Amino acid sequence: MKDLNNHQHAVEIKNMWSYYHDVPALKEINLDVQEGTFLGIIGPNGGGKSTLLKVILGLIEPDRGDVRIFGKKPKEGRNIVGYVPQHSASRLDFPINVWDVVMMGRIGKTTLFRKYSPDDRKVVKEALEKVKMYEYRDRHIAELSGGQRQRVFIARALVTEPKLLLLDEPMAGIDTTMQKEFYEILEELKSRVTIIMVSHDISAISVYVDKVACLNQKLYYHGTKEIKPEDLEEAYKCPVEMIAHGVPHRVLKAH
Amino acid sequence: MLDILQYTFMQNAIVAGLLASIACGIIGVYVVVRKIVFISGGIAHASFGGIGLGYYLGINPLFSVLPFSLLSALVIGLVNRRTNIAEDTAIGILWSVGMALGVLFIGLTPGYAPDLMTYLFGNILTVPVNDIYLMLVIDILIIASVYLLYKEFMAISFDEEFAQVSGLPVEKLSLYMLCLIALTIIVMIRVVGLILVIALLTIPASLSREFTDKLDRMMMLAVIFGTVFTFIGLFLSYYLSVPSGATIILTMAAGYMLHFPFKGKNKKTA
Repeated sequence: MKDLNNHQHAVEIKNMWSYYHDVPALKEINLDVQEGTFLGIIGPNGGGKSTLLKVILGLIEPDRGDVRIFGKKPKEGRNIVGYVPQHSASRLDFPINVWDVVMMGRIGKTTLFRKYSPDDRKVVKEALEKVKMYEYRDRHIAELSGGQRQRVFIARALVTEPKLLLLDEPMAGIDTTMQKEFYEILEELKSRVTIIMVSHDISAISVYVDKVACLNQKLYYHGTKEIKPEDLEEAYKCPVEMIAHGVPHRVLKAH
Repeated sequence: MLDILQYTFMQNAIVAGLLASIACGIIGVYVVVRKIVFISGGIAHASFGGIGLGYYLGINPLFSVLPFSLLSALVIGLVNRRTNIAEDTAIGILWSVGMALGVLFIGLTPGYAPDLMTYLFGNILTVPVNDIYLMLVIDILIIASVYLLYKEFMAISFDEEFAQVSGLPVEKLSLYMLCLIALTIIVMIRVVGLILVIALLTIPASLSREFTDKLDRMMMLAVIFGTVFTFIGLFLSYYLSVPSGATIILTMAAGYMLHFPFKGKNKKTA
């Protein structure tokens, strides 16, 4: 068991700015995520959520400020970060089955020119069993439902054996039953992995998360599970009820 | 019919057709699944500058087109990755600049340019033995590269961002793949010519996609389709006395269209 008193900073961002051409995409971001947290970040489309994840992943170099993952620079910390990218329909015509998609997650653990090892296959099999997709291993990814596909991408992120898991809009296009199943997988992972999930849909950030932040260029985060209504309004620039579809209490007040 | 096989030119043509089909079957699969047909067309047409340079310097144009097409591949790749210039704009510019250079070099060369049509539209019946050796070396390089980098090429083709996050040298691998495309174009110049290479890169690979969901099987099928169509085209052009490059392309296109009525299930759903 890990020492609960000795929490590490999984993600530490200090006064970070990122510009897209000359327009700031992220302003003055400060974020401190303790190890073992499940953080949900909500914000409108175009609010910089994907950009923030890409900065943490080291895909985008911030123009100002400092970003650390378990004390390391993002590019050096990559081997401990798992990433589930935004669901994209454009990849579905690619000739690849479930097994090979998950196998791809092991590519950072093998060297160039080398074939995958029996150990790699074992890890992939376990991950597919964990997300209950092993029996679909020979299916083409286009033959799966949105929820099944999302679980495959979770499995791909898991075989990288991450300490930090980043999820970009994982609930997009998934029905409510599937969402619940999905959260149960994350719930099970929470004990070992720090999770950051971003979504534009407030109702998608459910009771399962520990902390909630609000992002629209600026990050509104108080290290709590509750969001102040004024932060939410400030972030979304419009009355909250319109976005929350009448169920804002799921986020605004803890159960 | 078999007696034509005893002619050396026919034997060379068959070997050249086979070598071209292997290269374009394997690399064509990447061109099709990565949707970089336009980039490949750009590299092919820009390579015309190399043909012109060969005439100007008085050397075998195949040897001057080699560095020229590799350079075009690297320029297109780097401009796409490192600048904000729209991809299709950059390709369009390079496409015509390369061709303009070729025309300029040929204009500067005294006399007229023999065999120019061969490089533009191919003539499989006149492939010299030396060019076949060059094609063989390139084929071996392509097979070895794809064998060794199969999982890396698959990763950057399917999900470049994930490959980047996994720590793969994505830019180097992408540029290397573009160089392999440039080399494939060299292999095909003698067979179908610069202008027609796109058909050989796309049709066999795209047809194979209808029969399998696996990248390696697609490659094998594409090689088989390419070989069959090339041989049919070759014999048709011989017996009908029509240009071979164009006949091969039209045979392929006919084969491609024929498969539509017989297509069992449509995989392009979902």
